[in-house]
Amino acid sequence: MTAVKLYPPRPDKVYLFGTCLIDLLYPEAGMDALRLLEREGIEVLYPQDQTCCGQPAYTSGYQQEARAVAAAQLDLFPEPWPIIVPSGSCGGMMRKHYPGLFAGTDLEAQANDVAGRIFELTEFLVHVCHLDLEDHGEPERVAMHTSCSARREMGLAETGPALLAGLGQVELVEQARASECCGFGGTFAVRHPEISAAMVEDKTQAIEAAGAQCFVTSDCGCMMNIGGRFEQQGKSIKGEHIASYLWRRTS
Amino acid sequence: MSARETILKRLRERADGALSAPESDFSVVTGRGWSPQERLARFEHWIGSVHGEVIHVAEDDWTGALTTLLVDKGVRRLALGKRHPVAAEARLALADAGVALVDVDRDIEQWQREQFENVDAGLTSTRGAIAETGSLWLWPTPDEPRLMSLVPPLHIAVLDAATLEDTFFDVMERHEWADGMPTNALLISGPSKTADIEQTLAYGVHGPRELVVIVRHATELPEGAGRE
Amino acid sequence: MSEQAPGVHTYHPREFHRQAHESLDNPQIRANFRKAMDGLMAKRCDSFDDWDLEALRELGANIRLRALARLPDLLEQLEANCEANGVRVHWAEDGDEACRIVREICESHGATSVIKGKSMVTEEMHLNDHLEEAGIEALESDLGEYLVQLNQQTPSHIIMPAIHLNTDEISQIMHDKTGIERTRDVDAMTAAARQQLRERFMAAGVGVSGVNFAVAETGTLCLVENEGNGRMTTTVPPVHVAVTGIEKVVEHLRDVPPLYSLLTRSATGQHVTTYFNMIGSPRKEGEHDGPKEVHLVLVDGGRSDIYQDDELLDTLRCIRCGACMNHCPVYTRVGGHTYGTTYPGPIGSILSPHLMGLEETRDLPTASSLCGACGEVCPVKIPIPDLLVRLRQESVGEGRGNVAGAGVKRSRKELAAWKGFQWLATHPSAWRAGTSMAGKLRGLTPAKLGAWTRHRTAPKPASTTLHALVKQHQAAKTDKEECR
Repeated sequence: MTAVKLYPPRPDKVYLFGTCLIDLLYPEAGMDALRLLEREGIEVLYPQDQTCCGQPAYTSGYQQEARAVAAAQLDLFPEPWPIIVPSGSCGGMMRKHYPGLFAGTDLEAQANDVAGRIFELTEFLVHVCHLDLEDHGEPERVAMHTSCSARREMGLAETGPALLAGLGQVELVEQARASECCGFGGTFAVRHPEISAAMVEDKTQAIEAAGAQCFVTSDCGCMMNIGGRFEQQGKSIKGEHIASYLWRRTS
Repeated sequence: MSARETILKRLRERADGALSAPESDFSVVTGRGWSPQERLARFEHWIGSVHGEVIHVAEDDWTGALTTLLVDKGVRRLALGKRHPVAAEARLALADAGVALVDVDRDIEQWQREQFENVDAGLTSTRGAIAETGSLWLWPTPDEPRLMSLVPPLHIAVLDAATLEDTFFDVMERHEWADGMPTNALLISGPSKTADIEQTLAYGVHGPRELVVIVRHATELPEGAGRE
Repeated sequence: MSEQAPGVHTYHPREFHRQAHESLDNPQIRANFRKAMDGLMAKRCDSFDDWDLEALRELGANIRLRALARLPDLLEQLEANCEANGVRVHWAEDGDEACRIVREICESHGATSVIKGKSMVTEEMHLNDHLEEAGIEALESDLGEYLVQLNQQTPSHIIMPAIHLNTDEISQIMHDKTGIERTRDVDAMTAAARQQLRERFMAAGVGVSGVNFAVAETGTLCLVENEGNGRMTTTVPPVHVAVTGIEKVVEHLRDVPPLYSLLTRSATGQHVTTYFNMIGSPRKEGEHDGPKEVHLVLVDGGRSDIYQDDELLDTLRCIRCGACMNHCPVYTRVGGHTYGTTYPGPIGSILSPHLMGLEETRDLPTASSLCGACGEVCPVKIPIPDLLVRLRQESVGEGRGNVAGAGVKRSRKELAAWKGFQWLATHPSAWRAGTSMAGKLRGLTPAKLGAWTRHRTAPKPASTTLHALVKQHQAAKTDKEECR
């Protein structure tokens, strides 16, 4: 059974693991995560040698390559500070799969230590920072898409919506089949593009039907997928990483 | 080597080594602690939810309810046992009721087509019932064979309210099933049904279209339980 | 489907992509599955109200693990107790051997007609075809299976075989194949099937069923069903042959209620099925009905291979409820036939590679977005996503080599790509240079990225990477502090 995670008191410092997708495609989401954390009086350490958690290789079956990439990240967090990851998918990889990936190797203890310090951003903001938000934005109807990794692997179905609920002017709309996958799934979208397309089509329809003006997600993979589908259809519904959404409306 | 030896050898000489067996905690399927009223209410709710009809009767007058039921359902030919008190009492009460009583203490080979085509209802006793799922439990006997509760379009089951228990697990443990299982043990929860045609429920696909449970109460009827 | 030419419908896992396309392009199939799966998911959720579901799943997993831990001993115990009860036990290393055993039992009784209760393992071993070839007619009696058989198809779901068909299609099939009037009245169609099948029950020389749980402690065979065809199959014909995979054994009788609770709720959202049929023995002296002979055929069929590996072993916990397919967004889109295997959906994708080899089933382990819905609902907590990943490793030759066809997808080109990724991701300065360069060249990003951009716009690298933005941010902060 999944143990109930005990949350530490608010630390002075945290590490930020930005993820490769954010680094390359959506750096502002990473910056907004950093700003939110700094606003809480937490110093954010960003190891410049970070690259990727290794998940793309791992889920494709390339375990050796994934292990090598993951190993390169393990040394980046020497102090016992929490490691914040603005992605349920990369967070899930590091928290749930690093221990197994390094089981029986010299790096096992270090991998377990890192895994134990991984927090997904919204999880950390809710459960450790107890974030209090003051909404300066216009009234808006928004749909939340919690990534499958955040929802199921990390058990964080509630933290994203809880943060949005703290925004006074924001109405969180209810979508049909909110917990269903958007069809991204990393290399799945490439290996089975037509099935993935059918899934994202249903997801965009559900978000649109719910009357959302925009959608928010805690994973850039889903955002790229859902947002890319909306954009290709010329729809006005845009996606935003939850860190950016929170920062934009409360700063 | 025989298939048996090959399979067992492969399992015994497991590549990743012997496995250790965990202990099991069964508390989630027992210990409900329901009162007799709660038990009855749950039983009735659940069996009703799957299309089972329940009739409450006082123990000493149950055959009257049976007679009425047979008339209401238009039963002309009723299959039933002889020795079980339920069957014996029913036979007495129905002697002049205009219902043909079909003997079931015959090998099925002698009367299969008759049973399939010319019996309107089967009357059986029950050993008890399960409140949590609304299930009857039956151990068919030579006196009340297996097909009686299956082949006729109507199954009438007689249940003593006092034999209701909370869960399937409780029944199995309390009656020490593991010490001796019969030829056939059955849980029956409602009439035969299917949803194989586009999720639409239909009853009586192979077995009975209707299941009526006559619940006999030793004392007065429970509050709110009407006699039909 | 209705547009397809008459005749046998065959599907093959090698054709996964083509079959997926066909299903995706078939609005009827899409609608049938979507509607059915939505209903099943809602019903499952409701049926666990009032339950400590996690404790129940934990117990279910634990019971199955215990049974597997003691599997060889339990099989021997089951055999001894069955034999003591008068049930004859047979062992088969593979499906062919199991088919032969069943056929020989039929032949020894001169049976030319077999009536079948739902059994996935007999689908797996293609028993019907085998018997037909020997001149023995095998007729499915579960309504869904019957309809699928009439339509010369295979089941598209392990619990609801005809779930891909809607009422109109079924009406057409029943009209075409059994000659009844066309009707949309489900009760009328059900009643017609009842009549047709009752004759066949009476005529059958042998009844063949599956087994949901085989209890070692007492030698009891448990069958779960709603229709009563399972009881008919195991009671009406003079001979009953139960066929089961060797993994279906459980240790104690008391292990059965929790698994039964999990099975019905997970499968169809029912708190209980109409019948729970526990078979102890053939007809005893003085009893008036039931088969005079009962046989149990224990089929290995690749299961003892799965058994060897600590991780893959979890596959054998499965109690065949189908909840993983009901909740699978891929299965819901493409339907069961697309997989081309006896067991479709997530459980099929982790089981079929062992039964058929990775060569045949190479597209199945990747046919998942790893969304985790299957693992979340599995009543015995099989870590299906992890097993999919493991099979992906086996496919590309990076697993333990414990699956037939391991390494079938090894490709020098793909490996080189991942090695390139590895090199970049383990050389931070090269990584930073590369991502920074991508940002500078963002204007050159192709607008078409293969299949991705058929349905979505292409993502564009940002002009400045996060690494660089953080550096700037921290430098600015330091400046500010120094000014103070």
